[in-house]
Amino acid sequence: MTAPMNTIAQLRTALDHKHVSATELAQAALKKAQAHAQGRGNNAFLDIQPEHTLAQAAAADALIAQGASTPLLGIPLAHKDIFVTQGWATTAGSKMLAGYQSPFDATVVAQLKAAGMVNIGKLNCDEFAMGSANENSAYGAVKNPWDSAAVPGGSSGGSAAAVAAGIVPVATGTDTGGSVRQPAAFCGVTGIKPTYGRASRYGMIAYASSLDQAGVLARTAHDCALVLTAMTGFDAQDATSVDRAVEHYAAGLSAYSLKGKRIGVPAEFLADGVAPDVRAATEAAIAELVRQGAVRVDIHLPRTALSIPAYYVIAPAEASSNLSRFDGVRYGYRAPDADFKDLDSMYSQTRAQGFGEEVKRRILTGAYVLSSGYYDAYYIQAQKLRRLIAHDFKAAFEQCDLIAGPVAPTVAWDLNSPKQDPTADYLADIFTLGASLAGLPGMSVPCGFGGLKGNRPVGLQLIGNYFDESGLLGAAHAYQQVTDWHLSVPS
Amino acid sequence: MTISTAEVHKLGKLARIAIAPEQAPAIAGQLSSILGLIQTMQAVDTQGIAPLAHPTAFVADVALRLREDLVSQSNDAACRDARMANAPASESGYFLVPRVIES
Repeated sequence: MTAPMNTIAQLRTALDHKHVSATELAQAALKKAQAHAQGRGNNAFLDIQPEHTLAQAAAADALIAQGASTPLLGIPLAHKDIFVTQGWATTAGSKMLAGYQSPFDATVVAQLKAAGMVNIGKLNCDEFAMGSANENSAYGAVKNPWDSAAVPGGSSGGSAAAVAAGIVPVATGTDTGGSVRQPAAFCGVTGIKPTYGRASRYGMIAYASSLDQAGVLARTAHDCALVLTAMTGFDAQDATSVDRAVEHYAAGLSAYSLKGKRIGVPAEFLADGVAPDVRAATEAAIAELVRQGAVRVDIHLPRTALSIPAYYVIAPAEASSNLSRFDGVRYGYRAPDADFKDLDSMYSQTRAQGFGEEVKRRILTGAYVLSSGYYDAYYIQAQKLRRLIAHDFKAAFEQCDLIAGPVAPTVAWDLNSPKQDPTADYLADIFTLGASLAGLPGMSVPCGFGGLKGNRPVGLQLIGNYFDESGLLGAAHAYQQVTDWHLSVPS
Repeated sequence: MTISTAEVHKLGKLARIAIAPEQAPAIAGQLSSILGLIQTMQAVDTQGIAPLAHPTAFVADVALRLREDLVSQSNDAACRDARMANAPASESGYFLVPRVIES
């Protein structure tokens, strides 16, 4: 079913013509969010603070009354619970940070607040962004709005579900190995992760610092473009922030043409492991790009499969270091007094009780690959592979302007699927890890449906060259002018 | 390649994560399967390839930078208290931890 939807541009017009106020939009979004708060509906929202939301909306209304009309003024959004926020608890989906109140806003949060956006609340996610199904949240899994028996994807599962369910037009997410693109695909929304360094990581609770990047999920490429402009730019507080001019992505969308654009299709992305429904939708989407004037180029990313071991060494290694800050002293959970006898056992009990199973597995894996005797064989070897993988992309971009393929090998799988082995979910990250390791921008664009009942969305992944977010958004926008998958809403 | 329960306990100690003896075999099994997965990269010849620690380093015109070592935030009591408000145990501007020095 397709329904009239409220894009940011449509909401802007309604706000400017006083057909609706920012306060009314916020109230409507709050009401929907409450229905999906922890333990209810699709379990997307972890914290809702109506007073803070309505204060932001009132401030936006006051500016609108004075005639202000900036693109995002008064538009509701919600933040993944990885971004620290003043006024809303920030848990990172972990018991370790239950009730944590940040004394400051993440840079991305502050930027979007300064742009006049109204925060509806905080969104559920895999604990410390570690997961591909949102089943690793200490606050319960999010349900996929398209099919409540399906996972929403992860780790930004709450973000994707909140947009898909029409609660907010846009949500922030973070992507370390696919955590914006994969849930966007599973929930049938549009998502983009920019080039590493484009968006500030300040106030984004660290998982794997050389991979973590903020992103945005919305209905359309145009909406992603508007918000991405507002949340990128140099930030002195992030040592890896890239000092480049902010681009006004939305302004260039209508002039973008697919004519003559070379779309690279990696053979490895359509190999045997890809489910027939995903393959069919992806091929059809690529054919549509070609119909719009693009040229298909068959390319190779020969080390696609090796991105899995490389990522699952580098990310846990960095996680084991980053998460050492959770010690039960300065903030967060501390084990009850009866459970420890000295400082050392306080640390060990606090971390054993505060972290979930997958987070502990990754910390222990990280400790292993970094430990003396194994460091060269694992960590250094993974970093060498990382360079080879980046080289493969570099070579590919000599033959094409954009890379297209599936986001994931299958549609969303069932919630509570029996898992013999923690690595089963890791393998499903195969198509998103490469762009993360290389630091390239990536997108997911709704391109069809699959699954047994035909109700689980499929996402087309687009990967761009460094800093070519405008090319990604342009191609996605052009595709969305001639297709309506992104307009489909769950019944 | 498998990880023994003794190694699991050693990793638990390194990572400061308490592991009960009855949990160790299951964790050893899980870590062994993760290790089996990451082991596949050992077969790749990477001789002469420099490690890439950071994606930014791969893009020629981007360099990491250092900032001036300047005071950027206040350390007055109100600021300190705001930053300590999430501490599980604190008193008079100090974090409280179990006794570490015997009297």
